[in-house]
Amino acid sequence: MIDIYSQLPILLIAIPLFAAPVCVLLGGRWLTYLLSVVVCGTTFAISIGLMQQVIKYGPIHYEIGNWKPPYGIEYVVDGLSGFVMMFVSALAAIVLLYGKPSIDAEIPRSKHYLFYASYLLCMTGLLGMCITGDLFNVFVFLEISSLSSYALISLGRTRRAPLAALQYLILGTIGATFFLIGIGLLYQMTGTLNMSDIANRLDTETGPRTLLVAFGFMTVGLFVKMAVFPLHSWLPNAYTYAPSVVTAFVAATATKVSVYAFIRLVFGIFKPEFAFEQMPLGTLLLTLSLVGIFIASTAAIFQDDVKRLLAYSSIAQIGYMLLGIGMATTDSLTAGIVHMFNHALIKGGLFMVVGCFVLRLGSSRLSDWRGAAKTMPLTSLAWAIGGLGLIGVPMTAGFVSKWLLLTSAFESNHQLVAGMMLVSSLLAVVYVWRVVETLYFSEQPSAAAKEASEAPVWMLVPMYAVIFAVLVFGVWTQFSAGLAAEAAQSLLPLDLVPTAPTVSPGGTP
Amino acid sequence: MSTEQFLGLYNYWIVIFLMMTGFYIVIARNNLVKTIIGLNIFQISVILLYVSMGKISGGTAPIVPPSMVSHGHADVPHVAHADNHADARPHDLHSDETKDLAHDHQDDHDNEHDSHAAQESRGTAEDHKETDSPDALVNHPVSDSDHHAADSAHDEQLTYSNPLPSVLMLTAIVVGIATTALALALIVRIREDYGTIEEDEILEMDRAA
Repeated sequence: MIDIYSQLPILLIAIPLFAAPVCVLLGGRWLTYLLSVVVCGTTFAISIGLMQQVIKYGPIHYEIGNWKPPYGIEYVVDGLSGFVMMFVSALAAIVLLYGKPSIDAEIPRSKHYLFYASYLLCMTGLLGMCITGDLFNVFVFLEISSLSSYALISLGRTRRAPLAALQYLILGTIGATFFLIGIGLLYQMTGTLNMSDIANRLDTETGPRTLLVAFGFMTVGLFVKMAVFPLHSWLPNAYTYAPSVVTAFVAATATKVSVYAFIRLVFGIFKPEFAFEQMPLGTLLLTLSLVGIFIASTAAIFQDDVKRLLAYSSIAQIGYMLLGIGMATTDSLTAGIVHMFNHALIKGGLFMVVGCFVLRLGSSRLSDWRGAAKTMPLTSLAWAIGGLGLIGVPMTAGFVSKWLLLTSAFESNHQLVAGMMLVSSLLAVVYVWRVVETLYFSEQPSAAAKEASEAPVWMLVPMYAVIFAVLVFGVWTQFSAGLAAEAAQSLLPLDLVPTAPTVSPGGTP
Repeated sequence: MSTEQFLGLYNYWIVIFLMMTGFYIVIARNNLVKTIIGLNIFQISVILLYVSMGKISGGTAPIVPPSMVSHGHADVPHVAHADNHADARPHDLHSDETKDLAHDHQDDHDNEHDSHAAQESRGTAEDHKETDSPDALVNHPVSDSDHHAADSAHDEQLTYSNPLPSVLMLTAIVVGIATTALALALIVRIREDYGTIEEDEILEMDRAA
């Protein structure tokens, strides 16, 4: 008798992985949709089950095929990976639940089953990157998720979609190959691929120069996948021309999982002392993210396409997560991890709002959205609430992470960073307000907006579930900030730079 | 760095050269297909890097050596096949290294038998290792005891190259093929929609639209 609970880690990956080819074999539109929803729901349930086990009994180590690590591949669920997997699978499920009318409208009917198969594969890849404890396996899952997301993006309606997907493919492959070079160099130094084993064997104090090369390659590779400022050029086009459902899913999850992989790399494999004291990672991250936040937020203000506006905003928001990592204190790392979660909710929710507008107005151009608040009041309200979250207004999830980030910046004597963060939030006010103004206060509604009707209930309910979650996690921080604090504590038990004694990071701000 | 060191690292120089070539093509070429070719060259350089790091000079392929297998396979008829030479290469390499000239001729001759046996029994090599009892050694058809001693000496000295990087690269090759296939499929669609695969012309058309 096999205890099903002990097999949950492999089921989390195996179920969606095998469901994808089943989708292709089944064909049809309804059957594959139902199967995908059921699979995503099951995956979400499994990730909750795993997280519960982690909270109760500590990290889970699962040996695939009973091959002992470091020889076999090991799956590890700990506070951080469990947390990331939970919100990735949650958003995958809820976006799919929401997306049926939008998928029907934007993707040719003959390609639906392929769409669901790619969607499931993409989710598998993202979850796999989180759960695996084997470095080469991270590369394989990274490519699974990337390849399927290129295919998903190319399904967009306009002829620019395949070009956007190809540009993403070229940059993404270069990024992944850089990561692969880094893995190879690490293997050359240690003779193992298991992450914890590498961490034990790697002599970061007196190691050879290869260490620097490996670290550099892997960092740059992940920077491309995260769309950190100078390497972000693939992101705006990919998000703009992809189908709305794909944008909502990819924007909410893909870059965050890469941030997760980066946190694992810096704190789990290379030691933070190496990354921040021997290497200038802290300065690099702070500089890049601050410059990125300002440039991307400014670019967002001048966009006419709302999808593109949100895409630039995503680049800026990645900057906040990296700020948290770059300041390298336990509190700031907590803030960075919480922001991953909060931003996944907020950006997922906002792109779902865009999907509703695109369905009813037929365009994501701001000029077509004029005065839509009269005919689509519920959808417009959802934008307003989600937008407040993006700015970081109190009582929304965005406030929690920005507050944590701000306090940790002051504690670690990064006053300049804190000041620039506050100023940059004003830029977010501007671009969110531009859309709100167009929706509510336009004197001449566009032709499409006059005739539009409210989005179908089917889409509104899941969308409001996410928007509601933005409010819930803005007040109830025990779950998000509490779990993130525990994860940060296990990654970085002691601050590198001595700081003044502080309030507990998990508390309500 | 002395000249000898410089030349000794020749495969890494090739890796760097290929990597930079591929990277340059990706950046500098406007033709989308050429960009993908550049991407492929870039990926291939990484494959070469991995394979180089797994290779140990003088190391053979990580396969149970023919001599060891043949002990457990005394009943296999020893028929020499000329086309077995390719299979016998690792062994040959090794005998070169030990410079056991006295047995060179006999070695060569024996290799043909051995490799034939190895070819037949590679699938069950594990089993043979286990059943490699002293009895089996006694039953070995080669009566020349000197040669026998030299053979076991070979077994002890055998060094294997690390197979893991090569195995990892099999995965990377599959990933590379998938990427290339997807990229070419996308290029076909771009060609259908725009009528060209020159990136600057496509961007020009987008700007005009």
